[in-house]
Amino acid sequence: MAFEAYYSYRIQIISIIVSFAFLLYVSRLIVKGKLREEYAIFWVISTIVLIIFSLWRQGLDIIAEVVGVYLAPNLVFTVSIFAVLIYLLHLSVVVSKLHDKNKVMSQELALLKEKMESLDIKKGK
Amino acid sequence: MSIETVKLAVIIPAYNEEASIRNVVISINKLQVTGFEIIPIVINDCSTDSTKKIIKELNCVSLNLPVNLGIGGAVQTGYRYAFENNFDYTIQVDGDGQHPASEIPKLLAEILKGEANLIIGSRFIDKQGFQSSSMRRLGINFLRNWIKIFSGITVYDNTSGFRLMDRKLIELACKNYPDEYPEPESIIIFSLKGFKIKEIPVEMLERQGGESSIKAFDQLYYIIKVSLAIIYTYIRTKK
Repeated sequence: MAFEAYYSYRIQIISIIVSFAFLLYVSRLIVKGKLREEYAIFWVISTIVLIIFSLWRQGLDIIAEVVGVYLAPNLVFTVSIFAVLIYLLHLSVVVSKLHDKNKVMSQELALLKEKMESLDIKKGK
Repeated sequence: MSIETVKLAVIIPAYNEEASIRNVVISINKLQVTGFEIIPIVINDCSTDSTKKIIKELNCVSLNLPVNLGIGGAVQTGYRYAFENNFDYTIQVDGDGQHPASEIPKLLAEILKGEANLIIGSRFIDKQGFQSSSMRRLGINFLRNWIKIFSGITVYDNTSGFRLMDRKLIELACKNYPDEYPEPESIIIFSLKGFKIKEIPVEMLERQGGESSIKAFDQLYYIIKVSLAIIYTYIRTKK
C-alpha cells in the first residue's frame, strides 16, 4: 500500500510541476507578445484543466464514471485527441484567412508599385 | 486613334518564363486589330529567374507580385489592373507561348457578337494543333462531365487558360477568382452567376519553355482538388 501510494504521489507531483511550468511558459509567450491572446486562451484553459486534475486525484475517476467510460485513462485520450483535432481545424481556418489577406495585400502592392513607377516615368520626362 | 477605341488587356501570368516571355509579349505587340487598343500586362508571380528583368525592358505593363501567389492570384491581379484602368475586355495568354497571338482576333470576333461574356479558346473542338497528353485529356474529359452535372453546360477544353472576358465578368473575377487551378472552377462560378460562356476552336502550340503549372505527380491531386472545389463552389454560389 505504501509502495503504491509512493508511486502515484510521484506522478501527481510531476504532473503538477509540468502543468505549472507549461502555464508559466504560455504566460511568458503572451507577455513577450509572441502569442496572441485569442490563441492563448486554448492553451491557458487546457493547462488549468491539467492542473485541476493533477491536484484533484479522484476527479478523473468520478467524471469517467459519470460519462460511462470504464477506464479513466481512455477518457483522457478521447478528450485530448478530440480537443487537439478541433484546435487543428481552427488553425487551418486561421491559416486560410491569413492566406486570403496575404493575397489581397500582395495584389494591392503589385498594383501600387506599378502605379508609382508609371508616375515616376511621367514626371521624369 | 478614334474615341471609339476598345481597350483590350492581354493578361500574361508568368512564373519563371524567361525562355519564352519575350516572344510572347513581342507577338502581342505586333498584333493589330482595327478598333482595338491592345496592351499586354505581364504579372510576374515572384519569379526566381530573370523574368522580372526581361519584362522591364519590354513594351508592356509589368506587375510584380512580392510573394508567389500561384496562377489564380496572379491572373486576378491582372483582372484588377484591367478593371481599375477601364479596360473593356481581357484575354488571358499563358507566358509559355502555348496560346498564339494570331488566334486572338478569332476570340475577339466572337465576343463582339455579344452572345457571351466569356469566350474560351478550345483545343478539342476542331482537334487542331497541340492536343496535350492522353492522361491529361482523360482528366479533362472527367471534368467536362463533372462541370456539366453542376452547371449544365459543356465545356470541352475546361482547363484552357486562353479565355476572353467582357467587363462585367472582369468585375466579378476581381472579387471572386479561385487561387489554385482556377480554370475549371471559375467556369462553375461564372455560369452559376448567370454569365454566358462560349467555346470556340483555336489552335494551340506546345509550351515553348518553362514548366506547366500542373506537374505529373500532381495530376491526381489536381483532379480531386478541382472536383471537390466544384462541389463547394456550387453550394456556395447557389446559396
